[in-house]
Amino acid sequence: MKLLGMKLSVGPISYFWERQRVLDFYQQAADCTAEIVYLGEVICSKRRLVKSEDWLAIGTELQQSGKQVVLSSLTLLEAASEISSLKKLCNNGLFMVEANDIAAVQLLSKAGRPFVTGPSVNVYNSRSLALLAGKGLKRWVLPVELGLDTLRDLQAERPAGVETEVFALGRLPLAYSARCYTARAHNLPKDDCRFKCLDYPDGSLLKTREGQDFLVLNGIQTQSALTHQVLEQLPELALLGVDVLRISPQYHHTMEIIEIFDAARQGAALAPLREELLGFLPLGACNGYLLEQAGMYFGPGAPHAHQQAS
Amino acid sequence: MELVCPAGNLPSLKAAVDNGADAVYVGFKDATNARHFAGLNFTDRTFAKAVRYAQDHGRKIYVAINTFPQPQGFVRWQAAVDQAASCAVDAVIMADIGLLDYASTRWPDLRLHLSVQASVTSAEGIRFYFENFGIQRVVLPRVLSVSQVAHVIAESPVPVEVFGFGSLCVMVEGRCLLSSYATGRSPNTYGACSPASHVRWEETSDGTNTRLNGVLIDHYGQGEKAGYPTLCKGRFQVGGHTYYALEEPTSLNTLSILPELKRIGVSAIKVEGRQRSPAYVAQVTAVMRAAIDACLLKADGYRPKDQWMRELADVSEGSQTTLGAYHRPWQ
Repeated sequence: MKLLGMKLSVGPISYFWERQRVLDFYQQAADCTAEIVYLGEVICSKRRLVKSEDWLAIGTELQQSGKQVVLSSLTLLEAASEISSLKKLCNNGLFMVEANDIAAVQLLSKAGRPFVTGPSVNVYNSRSLALLAGKGLKRWVLPVELGLDTLRDLQAERPAGVETEVFALGRLPLAYSARCYTARAHNLPKDDCRFKCLDYPDGSLLKTREGQDFLVLNGIQTQSALTHQVLEQLPELALLGVDVLRISPQYHHTMEIIEIFDAARQGAALAPLREELLGFLPLGACNGYLLEQAGMYFGPGAPHAHQQAS
Repeated sequence: MELVCPAGNLPSLKAAVDNGADAVYVGFKDATNARHFAGLNFTDRTFAKAVRYAQDHGRKIYVAINTFPQPQGFVRWQAAVDQAASCAVDAVIMADIGLLDYASTRWPDLRLHLSVQASVTSAEGIRFYFENFGIQRVVLPRVLSVSQVAHVIAESPVPVEVFGFGSLCVMVEGRCLLSSYATGRSPNTYGACSPASHVRWEETSDGTNTRLNGVLIDHYGQGEKAGYPTLCKGRFQVGGHTYYALEEPTSLNTLSILPELKRIGVSAIKVEGRQRSPAYVAQVTAVMRAAIDACLLKADGYRPKDQWMRELADVSEGSQTTLGAYHRPWQ
């Protein structure tokens, strides 16, 4: 079955990488099969090895390579300086913006600019989606804790002209705090963090006291230790009319992973692709959220059984 | 500064009113609110009594309908708004964009407060809800420092309410999925964090394990007092060290900064704890009432009394309190 209608996107890099690594990453991304690339710092405003001018330059190059470029906004806004940066981002004049906070939605809609909402903007029902569509929403990312049943209902009433994107692969963005957990792990105050995040290009692992890989600390963000992946659900997502599948960058093998999803949408058999994919993940995989289970659950699921139950 | 106190049942509501709350907030007995716990909250009958008791005593009553309905549940959430509006409550506390849209259209005279669950931390964000739904107050998440709160107040189109006491969410509310990652149920979808249905207390040869859907949240040695396994307040291993990697079991306590909160223009102080006992509500309301009165009378000479601090510590998680994000070094 060919699933060619679905586009692939490269989500924003959620970790703090060396500048050269970021530049190299997007050089590779220019040649990959993903159609859309999201750029920018979404976690911590102190991460400034790649500056806003750099993001615009990277975006321009990617655009010349045929990619649709979207600039992603900071998720948790606290300082006044972060609001100023957000205003600049929303007025960049070149690229569409992904709003990761309602403040960005406000700024973009007042300026009459089309926008995307990221996974941390809570769109849980059709009425929310309709209201945002009226404000200029062009694409929304399904909040990661929602599953296929809810997606099906939302797709049934989706406003015209709005695309749906699903977080298809990556460690799940689970929580944001005023506190920096990476600094805390080093007994450093947030204001003097010494950029410890640079030492953890895939975040730092948090295990339970009996050694279960549970969460990942990424500065002020907490992620899942397991990598959420929806490869087996691609046929179902295609049937539901999902437009875009988001691949969230990890330090290694992101391009290989994109090619696996590309092969899947071209109709390649999923079972061997799945085996290959699992080999590229830092730890294990999960897919519970999409199957209406605990997010950490990983299994074949029974979405059709759920459908009957609901 | 208005004192807003929690009530999970009628005795708690009376305790709040009798001990000096200016307003009491409550929820219905289902997932429409973020304290959806067994045995808690109000049925049609007790809700009517609660509204009457508060309003007969000249106090306000607010209803939290602050979770995020999915399409299958939307009608139920709408009904909750209708019920609150029909009973002439003083305000409804909400977070979901779709539901706010419904409430402001269907009940244009209903006063709307923006819940902490809406995760709004800036004046621009507040303006979205003010311009679209006419919200008349915003409750800020527990992630901003005092100076950041002051900045929001200075630019906000509506008065600002902040948390003054109670269990501390260290994550920005409305965007924390830790609980559903482990259990399938989150504050957003189900109205509960680390739900009791998934908790297991396990006696071992050397103490007690607390688990959430099988995940070990903490282990307590013999004689160590075991706490409820709230996911973000367990001990975990990071880089070979075992510690409270996210947050200690502790409560927020702002008694020492009340004059500052007043000076920067905070309009209301909220006490957390609809899941707590009437005794907790009575104790905390009485202390907060006395402290706010003392502060309003004479902010300059105000100092929290040792007795107040002791009384609040007694009802705090882990018997300790913190200023949380209000105090920069905590971050």
